[in-house]
Amino acid sequence: MTAATDALAPSTLRRGASRTGARIALDIVFSVVLFVGTIVGVLALVTLIWTILDNGWERLVADPAAFLTSYVSRFPARAGLKAALVGSAYLMVLTALFCFPVGVGAAVYLEEFAPRNRVTNFVEANIANLAGVPSVVYGLLGLGIFVRFLQMGPSLLAGALTLAVMSLPVIIVAAREAIRAVPQSIRLGAYALGATKWQTVRRQVLPAALPGTMTGTILALSRAIGETAPLLVIGLPIVIFSLPNDLRDPVSALPLLIFDWTSRPQPAFAAAAAAASIVLLALLLAMNAVAIFLRNRYTIRW
Amino acid sequence: MASTPPELSITRRKARTGERLIVNALFVCAVLSVAVTVGIIAVLLVDTVEFFRESSLFEFLTGTVWAPGQGAGVDGLYGVWPLINGTLMIGVGSIVVGLPLGVLTAIYLSEYASPRVRRVLKPTLEILAGIPTVVVGFFALQFITPDLLRPIFGADRVFIFNAAAGSIAVGLMILPIIASISEDAMRAVPSSLREAAFGLGSTKRQVSLRVVVPAALSGIAASVILAFSRAVGETMAVTIAAGNSPKMTLNYFESIQTLTASIAQTVNGEVAAGTVRYNALFALGMTLFLMTLAMNLISARIVRRYRQVYS
Amino acid sequence: MPEGRTPVEEDEERHETRIADALKARPVEDRAAAAAETVFRLDDVHVYYDRFLALRGVTLDVGKNDITAFIGPSGCGKSTLIRCLNRMNDLIPGARVEGKIEYHDQDLYGDGVDPVEVRRRIGMVFQKPNPFPKSIYENIAFGPRVIGMKPRSMDDLVEQSLRHAAVWDEVKDKLKQNALALSGGQQQRLCIARAIAVSPDVILMDEPCSALDPVSTARIEDLMDELKRDYTIVIVTHNMQQAARVSDRTAFFTAEAAEGTGDRTGLLVEYDRTDAIFTHPTDKRTEDYITGRFG
Repeated sequence: MTAATDALAPSTLRRGASRTGARIALDIVFSVVLFVGTIVGVLALVTLIWTILDNGWERLVADPAAFLTSYVSRFPARAGLKAALVGSAYLMVLTALFCFPVGVGAAVYLEEFAPRNRVTNFVEANIANLAGVPSVVYGLLGLGIFVRFLQMGPSLLAGALTLAVMSLPVIIVAAREAIRAVPQSIRLGAYALGATKWQTVRRQVLPAALPGTMTGTILALSRAIGETAPLLVIGLPIVIFSLPNDLRDPVSALPLLIFDWTSRPQPAFAAAAAAASIVLLALLLAMNAVAIFLRNRYTIRW
Repeated sequence: MASTPPELSITRRKARTGERLIVNALFVCAVLSVAVTVGIIAVLLVDTVEFFRESSLFEFLTGTVWAPGQGAGVDGLYGVWPLINGTLMIGVGSIVVGLPLGVLTAIYLSEYASPRVRRVLKPTLEILAGIPTVVVGFFALQFITPDLLRPIFGADRVFIFNAAAGSIAVGLMILPIIASISEDAMRAVPSSLREAAFGLGSTKRQVSLRVVVPAALSGIAASVILAFSRAVGETMAVTIAAGNSPKMTLNYFESIQTLTASIAQTVNGEVAAGTVRYNALFALGMTLFLMTLAMNLISARIVRRYRQVYS
Repeated sequence: MPEGRTPVEEDEERHETRIADALKARPVEDRAAAAAETVFRLDDVHVYYDRFLALRGVTLDVGKNDITAFIGPSGCGKSTLIRCLNRMNDLIPGARVEGKIEYHDQDLYGDGVDPVEVRRRIGMVFQKPNPFPKSIYENIAFGPRVIGMKPRSMDDLVEQSLRHAAVWDEVKDKLKQNALALSGGQQQRLCIARAIAVSPDVILMDEPCSALDPVSTARIEDLMDELKRDYTIVIVTHNMQQAARVSDRTAFFTAEAAEGTGDRTGLLVEYDRTDAIFTHPTDKRTEDYITGRFG
């Protein structure tokens, strides 16, 4: 027999077949492992949401109006979200007011006006680093500078400034991406008409970059609302029986309340914490839905 | 030479100072970010120095007991190692949970999943990433420990607050980071490499494990370091789930305390400004800041290096 | 079958016939008149990108109300040169111009010259139409607003510009619609209208028809003939027949490799009245190009 037919001899084929069999088995095992590995994450999320709902749904629907409009109390059945919810709302609006203009301004400068030199590189590297600083360290910044050095005390103002500083790098990155997505041909068209750089940026680039920037800002704010550590560190109160009238007034926040109730031993407080978590998650869901809606509706398809 | 009629003159006419002011204002916005960093460093440094003026730096770096005093004087023990121990336990534990799950998810998304599955899976991961940490902490306390760890390992072995629950909680939070960055790295591997391997008769498994993952390794490594940095900085979930007992241990079923949890616990109680306990906060903050800064820089360098490979 | 003619020669003859037809199709008056006034005077202009010499030794005049065409193969610096005429080249990092470019006896690159003022006088239409992602009305109104024109009626100015660019009838009922919804040819005429709205002195066109279909191209070529009554036009084109059809004077560029580096530097070969260039070019390189033997 020749070498060629040797290769096709039954014995050879059988050897090859067993190698193939082992290969196929490994392939199947691997696919299963992949699937399991992926599904665990999904399952965890589902379990988490289920746990929250299971623990908190009854508490929430028992008397939602009372839950949302009562202040805190020693008695879990009477405790409510009022101060915390309103506080979080005020914080979010004020935070947006502080960090949106500064963040967009910084992004515009870095993308459109900054010369390519070492100073610019340093500023960019600095922003990238800030994005990775733990939120609790931002809390310490807030405590040392806003609460104590500038003597704002644990107030709405201090809280909003702290959250704004924390959200700043995220907004800058989002705005820069949106500005970068505007094609250069638009800028060239404007320059060729005799528009100055700022006129071009203000009237063509920024409006075109606005949807993407808004989406990024809303996402950054939704992260800020869920943050507890910075507000805890600057000392915002959990027990408070009034709503803020002034920037200097103390204010509570929803995640702070959830933390407090979770830390209490009574099971009824666990239910209250879960109910509050449902409210927080619903709020986040609404914000993200708005962000996605904005992105889908208003993004320019070049 | 006849003078040019004014409508054809091209010399600068208006000063345009308004525009220059605006650009300056924008520059200030950009520089504000540097001010933030300076502010962080200044705030941490000032009170850290204060702290070490009253408490021993030597003890801080070598002591194995962290027991802050209640009074105004230096009547507590401030050795940082139990907190570093706790932080590292959570860090490593969360990587043990998050890395395999994250990489497997990334491989699945990058190499196996159909567009329809991707459209569902990616938002799911984003939702997981968006769950506030207090809520994850609640989940750890109300489900992971009582319904997962205790049934499996025994209620007498597993403390109510334990490092394992904290690790799982944080692991779930960093899973999306690892999955998303690793998936990006894998997708960046040129398809020509895959096609070459397929052409030689490899199966999808072999291509994934022998071609794609090794090629994306630096991206995966960067994602791990970034995730570890995030785990180190994580506060609320570990405070709720892992407890507030600083100690030197390797038992994951015991309660421990991390750097972040120690800060949270201190501010949660009454602490007067200017006391050693107060200043200790900033010493811990400085430690955290330096740790995460180092890790973020390393991760960024790895990312930059791997991006060059394909450009 | 005619004897002694190779397919290549047949092809060349067809090509020459097309050019001749194009020349004949031009309006009679243009063929005789010489340019009354010089708008641009270029003297030994070199253009560098960092160390790379993209274009060397260009000397030519552009006449008022002329249509001047820059033709030549790819990569010989035509677009680079036209971008220098309205200082759009400034926007490319590392770009540097040596030599003299005079605009109405003013040094275009002199001290005290404001590129923004330059671009108000010298407009540009780009290869790929680039309307703003706004309404048609806003596209036209943008220019006058930013340069501080205060027309008695913006509506009238918009209408005039659109009429002058031969696109008014197609868009007059949808001025509020997004400009990106128009067809390619309409978008390009919109860009021409946009350029006209600021009352420029010169309109530069960088291959304005290369992204368009033949029908749109023909419309724009017809338009150019009307436009030159009010504006001076300089056009870069890859299409020789187009140059032959519309331009009064034509400049032919080519690129030559530098010794050693292999980098190709553009240079001006020949510049003359269009019919002269196409019927009796003086340089062999010009002749090779227009007879289609290369490029």
